[in-house]
Amino acid sequence: MKNKEPLILAVVVIFSLITYYLVEPYAHHVMHKHVESEHFAYADLPALAANGDATRGQDLVMGAGACTGCHSIEAAGMPAAMEAQDAAASYGVNPPDLSNVGVIFDERFLADLIKNPAHALKVEHKFTEESGKMHPMSAFAGGGGDIDQEVADMVAYLKSIALKAEDVTPKIAYENACGRCHAMSYENWTQIGEKPSFKEKKDALAYDIKVLQYEDSLKAYMGKLPPDLSMYIRSRGEHFVSTFIENPQAQLEGTAMPRVGVTAEMAEKVIEHMKDSGDTKRAERESVGMNVMIYIIIFAIFALLWKKQVWRDLH
Amino acid sequence: MAHFTKATSIKDWLNQRLAIDTVERVMMSEYWIPKNINFLWAMGMVLVITFALLLVSGIFLLMYYQPNVDTAFYSVNYTIMRDVDFGWLWRHVHGVAASVVFLIIYIHMFTGIYYGSYKKGREMIWVSGMLLFVAFSAEAFSGYMLPWGQMSYWAGMVITNLFSGGSLHADGLVEWIRGDYVPAQAFLTRFFMLHVLLIPLAILGLIGLHFGALRIPHVNNQDGEEIDFDKEAKKYLAGDKAGSKVMRFANDFMSKDMMVVGIYLVFFFYLVFWNYGFAMDAVNFDPADGLKTPAHIYPEWYFLWSYEILRPFSVDIGLVAFAFAQVIFVLLPWLDRSPNTVPANRRGLFAIWFWVMLVNLIVLTAMGKLPPEGMFSQIGFVSAILFIVQWLMLPFITMFEKKV
Amino acid sequence: MENNSRRGFMGKAFGAVAAVGAIGSLFAMKKSWDPLPSVRSAGFTTLDLSVYKDNELVTEKWRGKPIFVLKKTADMVAKQTESQKARDIEVNGSHYMIAIGLCTHLGCIPAYNASNQGFLCACHGGQFDFSGDVTKVPPPRGFDIPPFKIEGNTLVLGEAGPEYTKMKESGVTL
Repeated sequence: MKNKEPLILAVVVIFSLITYYLVEPYAHHVMHKHVESEHFAYADLPALAANGDATRGQDLVMGAGACTGCHSIEAAGMPAAMEAQDAAASYGVNPPDLSNVGVIFDERFLADLIKNPAHALKVEHKFTEESGKMHPMSAFAGGGGDIDQEVADMVAYLKSIALKAEDVTPKIAYENACGRCHAMSYENWTQIGEKPSFKEKKDALAYDIKVLQYEDSLKAYMGKLPPDLSMYIRSRGEHFVSTFIENPQAQLEGTAMPRVGVTAEMAEKVIEHMKDSGDTKRAERESVGMNVMIYIIIFAIFALLWKKQVWRDLH
Repeated sequence: MAHFTKATSIKDWLNQRLAIDTVERVMMSEYWIPKNINFLWAMGMVLVITFALLLVSGIFLLMYYQPNVDTAFYSVNYTIMRDVDFGWLWRHVHGVAASVVFLIIYIHMFTGIYYGSYKKGREMIWVSGMLLFVAFSAEAFSGYMLPWGQMSYWAGMVITNLFSGGSLHADGLVEWIRGDYVPAQAFLTRFFMLHVLLIPLAILGLIGLHFGALRIPHVNNQDGEEIDFDKEAKKYLAGDKAGSKVMRFANDFMSKDMMVVGIYLVFFFYLVFWNYGFAMDAVNFDPADGLKTPAHIYPEWYFLWSYEILRPFSVDIGLVAFAFAQVIFVLLPWLDRSPNTVPANRRGLFAIWFWVMLVNLIVLTAMGKLPPEGMFSQIGFVSAILFIVQWLMLPFITMFEKKV
Repeated sequence: MENNSRRGFMGKAFGAVAAVGAIGSLFAMKKSWDPLPSVRSAGFTTLDLSVYKDNELVTEKWRGKPIFVLKKTADMVAKQTESQKARDIEVNGSHYMIAIGLCTHLGCIPAYNASNQGFLCACHGGQFDFSGDVTKVPPPRGFDIPPFKIEGNTLVLGEAGPEYTKMKESGVTL
């Protein structure tokens, strides 16, 4: 009698794989738009015009009508003038502290942002003339000299006060790049900061009220409340998150989410932080997985040898 | 009153009271299995092992899961996935096993159809098996509700709406099933009860029935051969192991069962650790939101073929077609009018019927997941019609089959 | 069983491999039963000792259990015996009785009577003095003392400081 088992196995495997291919990779390919990464090159933005001078940049950043009217710079000893929820009531969202923007965000993006915020953020569709709305961040009108040189100086200053890239933890990257709009409850993060532990319930509720006030302003500004990102690494997947951070409009045309403008390195850190929230056991999964696989292969080999021994007498 | 003697050993003591030797003989060592069967006959054992994995992983999930609409998502995605040591492992094993168990069920089912294992005294095996399929489907659906993510909620919404019966507008029935106007707390708690108690009890009972139904007619074989089990068993017991056409279930066939289980588990654990996405849909990692339907909703892959039979028709016809698809497989032993209990490849037209059915179910499965637009919609429609026509034709093509 | 002899060497070897797997999975099961990290990390309570008044029992909560805090009066401190002193906790010159407020007999919560400066457990009649030591059976010993660490005028329950370690060595904490 000819042994038909290899043929039968081939039929079972082929039909299973075809089904798998159709319902998983193929169906998802049809359902979801595929966006290629641009490697955070920001090729649509011009390169910096000149070498910046941080000392001159400092004067410009601190100067009248420039950044510090709205932004705090804790690294330069300038704390926030208002609490986050009050700032959000005025601007829609709390203007970021500028201490580490020089390391988190790409320099082209920063330069363009200073000159034309809505353009750099790719939210010009929200602030058209018909809408009558203005982006809450006013464009830098120049300090009297060559504006491109001045912007380069400001960027140079912001870079000079920021942490070194290797000292930026995934958490710091997330808080700077995403944390003012997106809560991450599994990491105890609210849009106004890390929620402390309170002994008195009324203190905890008072904090929650501040968060709610902040979220109300944010909702009014963005159209809806930006989602909590605790599980986003699993609900959206790494590729989507990465390309969405890079250019939200490419994935979801017309979205209110602005381009984030982070460097490639910082995007990786942001994603790392999202994994720390939504996929904490990934390293353990790998190591336990390897051990289980080694064991189960030994199990299969012993089962095979047993079968061979038992069946020797049957033929 | 039976006569009991002073026991000579623990085994003897048990033997007098529980007849363990007899049980061992009847269910294991003298449970005669034909030799001419292939690895597809090990799918029963693979299913037992998978069910055991589901049961054990489910017990550990049950210790931390909270059936409450406010805390269910958190208890699954935070407590179980982050906090509980190895909680992620139980969830991955449970999710992957729940999906893979259907692959094995379908292989098991189509093995039965191909080799005619539902005929001539084996009807109850088929019927109990199809009841198990229904119970597993209900178990899978109720379990899918529990994480209370977006897919849970919207699957709950859509599937319970099926019971409105289209133009019958039995909205009262739908609300009765949900215990609310929409899937909410009452719905979650009752599906939790179904998932962890009532349906598992039914499954355990049905597994007993399924095994029992197999004992008397014995296992079928791959050549359509009618075996005299008593004669062949005598030959085996007389020492002619090689000449007998049968073997013991334990350890002879069990060693092969275990070999197949070993290979299966390599595949299974690969999926658990590295390729679990197909079983744990990304959309269900978003918490349930009753005011926002996800862009694409679809059932788990094993329901797609019947879902696709529902989808291309207008609501009433769709529901009738769907109901037809749910029950028709049970009737197979009576729709197949042929006296032959042989593999499909020796049954002429039935062989064509079998392969077309199998391919068509895969097509329906694929179309059930793809968005119902353009070409996919048309292919789905044709496939659904073909499925129904095939079943209507079955009595006629088998009636005229030549006796082999 | 007769089967065993037929199982042969490979059958036994396979059985052994399967048993190793079963034991391995028991390890994961055991770990899943452990108290959660979130439960363990919540196992610390900080008490601000400035709020307590003389001879007034306050019940705090630590790891789900009641914690008795009794600030002793000068009179109480003066009349303490050696065994009562062994249970005394002194912070910034004030003396306290701090202990788990569960009767060491079967775990009921005794009540404090400020006028006679003693505890009575209503369940089975056990009595304790103001230092937490047992004065009447059935309880086998005085109140248990939780691990504590003195930090300025506060006390962190759940962490073992040098004062606690000393008490533990003398055997009065259990």
